[in-house]
Amino acid sequence: MSVARLTLRGCIAFAVLVLASGCATLPPNAGQDPRDPWEKYNRNMFAFNDGFDEAITKPLAELYVKLPEGVRTCLSNAFSNLRGPSTAINNFFQSKPVEALSDVGRFAVNTTVGIVGCFDVATGWGMEAHREDFGQTLGVWGFEPGPYLVMPIFGPSSVRDAIGIYGVEPFLDLNFYIDYPGIEYTVLGLRVVNERAELLPADRLVREAALDRYSFIRDGFLQRRRSLVYDGNPPRVIDPDDEDDGDDAKAPAPARSTSSGPAQTKPPGEPGDGAGKPVDAKPGDAAK
Amino acid sequence: MQKFLKILRFFVAPVALALAGPVVAQASTAAPDALVRDLTADVLDTIRADRAIANGDVSRVQKLVDEKILPYVDFQKMTRLAVGRGWRSATPEQREVLTREFRTLLVRTYSGALSQVKDHKVEMGPFRAQPGDMDVLVRTNVVPSRGDKIQLDYRLEKQDAGWKIYDVNVLGVWLVENYKTQFAGEVSAGGVDGLIKSLTDRNRQLADAKKA
Repeated sequence: MSVARLTLRGCIAFAVLVLASGCATLPPNAGQDPRDPWEKYNRNMFAFNDGFDEAITKPLAELYVKLPEGVRTCLSNAFSNLRGPSTAINNFFQSKPVEALSDVGRFAVNTTVGIVGCFDVATGWGMEAHREDFGQTLGVWGFEPGPYLVMPIFGPSSVRDAIGIYGVEPFLDLNFYIDYPGIEYTVLGLRVVNERAELLPADRLVREAALDRYSFIRDGFLQRRRSLVYDGNPPRVIDPDDEDDGDDAKAPAPARSTSSGPAQTKPPGEPGDGAGKPVDAKPGDAAK
Repeated sequence: MQKFLKILRFFVAPVALALAGPVVAQASTAAPDALVRDLTADVLDTIRADRAIANGDVSRVQKLVDEKILPYVDFQKMTRLAVGRGWRSATPEQREVLTREFRTLLVRTYSGALSQVKDHKVEMGPFRAQPGDMDVLVRTNVVPSRGDKIQLDYRLEKQDAGWKIYDVNVLGVWLVENYKTQFAGEVSAGGVDGLIKSLTDRNRQLADAKKA
């Protein structure tokens, strides 16, 4: 089949998906959350991605999990190994030379002894897996995430992470340096499917637990990325509304008279809260 | 009279046991990190020993959650923090319903995850707390037999009855924080009753789906 016809087919499939996914229902306050000024676009893209996922990625992932567990573990290890150099470079950029060196050792061991990464030997040898990317590095360098951004097909991101992960990261990823296009794109495709397969159990949980799946996933993504920038231990953000009056059994407290509380223990509130007093913080500081 | 006493004895023993169970459990004065360590070890041991849980037996999972986990969790505080400003305008009855429905939702959705647990181990993270602290962070990692570690942290508050968990962090995502925006949206759209309705509807939907 000619390339032109393939492209045409692709375009038609794409158009059908866009039409089928339709437009997302927008809540009345869409776009008022300072973390998500592009909520209207984002919700539509989210709905489109859902359609794409249902039609293509998820069915492939469900096929993929039928592979024997050993094969999947091997592939999954090998794919993480392709990110090894990137993790080392990013740890170096983030001024963590000890971790960076461990990542170099890890990559060397798993590529050789572990046969192109299929077996994770290095963890047993005390070289723990890290997962760093250039979006996190930008965060460590002090860049705010900026507006939340749902990428076509790839899903949740932010302006900072889109630049780091889709702009810079491909050049740090070994996949990019596989010089045989056939292999390069097969590996890339398998990686996407592998990652989707690993999310299958979480899928059901999110569908059950979320009242609004869009904001559940958005808030989870933003929290997770912030946590990753701080290597799992971000400073606590205390909501000024979280007054601990301890009299839960009593009737509603009169207005907000007690809400100002001891200001020094209550840093600026979360961005979504219009009443939060952004004492001396830059906008978006809390969402760092 | 003799007969009455006999009947009474019959009743008293189980009732006393039932009451004593949670009381003993709640009156834990253990240090918060020890409490989390023992609690998770206990839960993991139970899962390992009980094949019915691994096979997804919902009633067994529910029993495990009710007996081992719930006595150490302060759902009221969890709900109050997640509801945020709306909590202040809620009546005591509404607060009670909110807490109950949120607890049902969380127990139902997260107990499914427990049946996925196989030969996982728990590693305690570094613990920093001063003797007088009333609110602490306990950090742990769940280590599966293969694959990456899963970060699992807890926030606990010291109460009269001992330490209680009121927030959980999975892979960097705090549970309370992740419900705040959704709950605030429901309250601003339909008031506290609107939020109650959404929670109740969701719980009913999940219960029906399980029956079908």
